Amino acid sequence: MVKEIEKAGFTVVQMANLIPVAKTVGANRMVPTISIPYPLGDPSTSKEEQWELRYQRVGVALDALTTDIDEQKVFDVEM
Amino acid sequence: MKKAVVYLNQFFGQIGGEDVADHAPEIREEKVGAAMLYNQLLDAEVTHTVICGDNFMGSRTEEAVETILGFLKDVDFDIFFAGPAFQAGRYGMACGEIGKAVKEEFDVPVISSMNIENPGVEVFKKDIYIFPGGHSAAKMRDDVKKVTDFGNKILNGEKLLPAEKEGYYQRGIRHQYFLEDETPAYERAIDMLLKKINGEEFESELPIPELDLVEIAPAIEDLSETTIALVTSGGIVPVENPDKIQSASATRWGKYDISGMDKLENRDSDKFKTIHAGYDPAAADADPNVVVPVDAMRKYEEEGRIGKLHDYFYSTVGTGTTQKEAARMGKEIAQELQDANVQAVILTST
Repeated sequence: MVKEIEKAGFTVVQMANLIPVAKTVGANRMVPTISIPYPLGDPSTSKEEQWELRYQRVGVALDALTTDIDEQKVFDVEM
Repeated sequence: MKKAVVYLNQFFGQIGGEDVADHAPEIREEKVGAAMLYNQLLDAEVTHTVICGDNFMGSRTEEAVETILGFLKDVDFDIFFAGPAFQAGRYGMACGEIGKAVKEEFDVPVISSMNIENPGVEVFKKDIYIFPGGHSAAKMRDDVKKVTDFGNKILNGEKLLPAEKEGYYQRGIRHQYFLEDETPAYERAIDMLLKKINGEEFESELPIPELDLVEIAPAIEDLSETTIALVTSGGIVPVENPDKIQSASATRWGKYDISGMDKLENRDSDKFKTIHAGYDPAAADADPNVVVPVDAMRKYEEEGRIGKLHDYFYSTVGTGTTQKEAARMGKEIAQELQDANVQAVILTST
């Protein structure tokens, strides 16, 4: 899906937990998430922590959209 | 008698389903579930079964692999099997991760089985033997038979043939090999060249694997002027699932209006839930924003960092979905986005 969207000319970033899969499929801009069932907010943490994490990672994804790359890149999510 | 170890996920290791996909790795000195079938068909005894939850292996890979290698340090074994993983993507990736690590650490043959659509095939076929398998556990017996037949050949020291003859996915590893008719390379090369010049079909002896990458789209210059859309393969839909998107092997997708919403309200509020059958829905049902981050995007919109969050998000289910269907749905969604003047996309997957 990500490839077809990029092929159509859209700048796209994939947020995924299984980065090796995203890479193999052919995503170019990738941002890691924390898990499969809850990519952007661990329910065992507080609502505030979940929000912080989500806001931060989506921010990294936005940075990725504005970054020129010349090969597949996994963006750093360290806070 | 030679000895074998079998790796299974939480489901085939009889721990449970999605709710225990976080199950930490364990080793048992017995044959659990499918390990019994391996034991029947192998010219070796299965002495241990390793079991690990797919999400544990997917999210905490390093920890899982280290733990399992630690278990195996004191185990004496001649061969290692993982799966079969059928079309289960996370399980296939898990079999590949652990198989590759076991191969590197203990240098024993490692064999697995996966359906061609399993992403584990592309990622790990160079590292371990992977045989083509069925879509689902209905093919358990056939798939285990294939890998144990090949395992027995190795255990009995029989001569192994190239990948296409043995039936596993080609690893792209070159071996020195003498042709029966002993035609030297220069003659074969000239023959090939002549065929090429004459426009005839010829078969290269060194096929170059194709990496099908798409051209990288340029960076967005000014996000504050940009409309961004959210797309997901995580199966978030309005609770009534109006487009009847399938919970697995999806062929349909939907677009859902989020204009005026600060966030996605949850299942208890009768608004959004997930219909994805490939992961535990509890967290996504309780707060769909963990999969489709409408709330965070609204905040960035309010702050002026992005121009606009597109009025619709697009959703389908990415489990068991074939690459062909995913490509078609991607194309259709891209067309919609073009018509709506969207410039950038954040795609979330589970």
